[in-house]
Amino acid sequence: MTARASHHADAAAAAVEVRGVSKIYDGGVEALNDIGLDFPEGQLTTLLGPSGCGKTTLLKIIAGLIAPTSGSVKVAGRKVTGPGPERAFVFQDFALMPWANVMRNVGFGLELRGVAKAERERVAQKYIAEVGLKGFEEAYPHALSGGMRQRVGLARALAVNAKVLLMDEPFSAVDEQTRRKFQEDLLRLVAQERKTFIFVTHSIEEAVYVSDRIVLLSKRPSRVSEIIVPAIDRGGDPEQIRRSQAYLDTVEAIWQGLKRYIE
Amino acid sequence: MTIGGFRVPLFASLVIWAILWEIAGRSGASFVIPPLSGIFARIVEIVPTPTFLAALAITAKTFAIGNAIAILVGIPIGVAMGRSELADRILLPWVNMFISAPLSALVPVIMVLFGLGETTIILTVVLFAIWIIVLDTRAGVRSIPPSLVEMARSFGASRLQAFSKIYIWAALPEILSGIRLGMIRAVKGVVIGQLLVSIVGFGRLFELYSSRFLMEHFWALLFVIFAFAFTLNEALAWLERRVEYYAASRT
Repeated sequence: MTARASHHADAAAAAVEVRGVSKIYDGGVEALNDIGLDFPEGQLTTLLGPSGCGKTTLLKIIAGLIAPTSGSVKVAGRKVTGPGPERAFVFQDFALMPWANVMRNVGFGLELRGVAKAERERVAQKYIAEVGLKGFEEAYPHALSGGMRQRVGLARALAVNAKVLLMDEPFSAVDEQTRRKFQEDLLRLVAQERKTFIFVTHSIEEAVYVSDRIVLLSKRPSRVSEIIVPAIDRGGDPEQIRRSQAYLDTVEAIWQGLKRYIE
Repeated sequence: MTIGGFRVPLFASLVIWAILWEIAGRSGASFVIPPLSGIFARIVEIVPTPTFLAALAITAKTFAIGNAIAILVGIPIGVAMGRSELADRILLPWVNMFISAPLSALVPVIMVLFGLGETTIILTVVLFAIWIIVLDTRAGVRSIPPSLVEMARSFGASRLQAFSKIYIWAALPEILSGIRLGMIRAVKGVVIGQLLVSIVGFGRLFELYSSRFLMEHFWALLFVIFAFAFTLNEALAWLERRVEYYAASRT
């Protein structure tokens, strides 16, 4: 069944620590209220909550793209003051450069770091193959489907070899079949890459399917409402997981928890 | 267009106007209108002369330098205005004023400050071309998707890298149309500058021809300049169409 853990009792070391983070936007919109969270190393943690609850704001604060109004974020023990090479971001709308081919898009993070062309193309090549886009190196984003574009975005984030991967609703702009395939690929990636993943989604099913831990956020101004550790055996085939009692029970439990925020 | 079942080519109207001009010219209605055939003969005659080539060289030089300055200064200003609210607040009223102002009236001021030479003509070209480049670049930069800017930041782009690797390219369609419109204005600038200075380049030739009532020469010169402006516009429009897919693929 579903195990519930307080966020102070984590066995794994925290790769990302969020302490007392609040965010009030100019104009007085209070997005986050005193968020305290640990993200264990090597696990996939999902931020889940009602739409407009500030999940993405929290993710962008961790990324260093937005400054919190108060509180602090530490990544690998060091305080976040801006974006850094130990974190990579995967964007909801892919954020690819339309004037650059797949190869250059994937190698862009390395290009910005001044890595030589031959070296960054070697690395890009590896991750293009990794996400299943071998043969599309010379293609431009406008010639790719939504799912393929997000694979490019994922390869770009993997290519910089960051320890923490921040994913902002990465599969929300792709169709349902592609999304399921993505979720399966993501599980494989988490198992094999040993990175810390922080994943934002509004889909309960998606969260339960891919997450080691699910952080439920309340309605704005968001607080941590509950942390859920789905006790699901991911050894079996994907269809088994989606039909298992543990999976269905966890989805139901989260739905019961979130229902009160929806009018 | 079809008349009586015949497809009439687009340039047919030009032929009719040319014939009317020729008739008017030959009838001797006014000394201002010489026969068209005479003008074309004069073009062939004066274009290879050293005076004309020297004027052409000075025009081409001032035009090229003026445009280069307008582009190299205009694009960074436009990017700054598109990215920074403060820069926009400070500069936008001026840019809007200059884009609609009768700039010819400012040329005498430049003349007083920089004398009757190439510098004045170059600055006139800059003055005519730069504002539309600034405004179009600003519009282009403002239409860059926010996530592309965040992407560059999150992967550690410096300000210079964001400028040279993201802003310029993402705003390229608008920047190119700004450059095209700027160049068309620059043609006006280079001609007006030379006319007002009137001791160098085509300005001197215009002055010479009109003061001696050499109307065929005068028209020949005008035709050459018109043809140049038209060709330039077409070439730049072609270039713009080639990068159009950018704009379409930007979401």
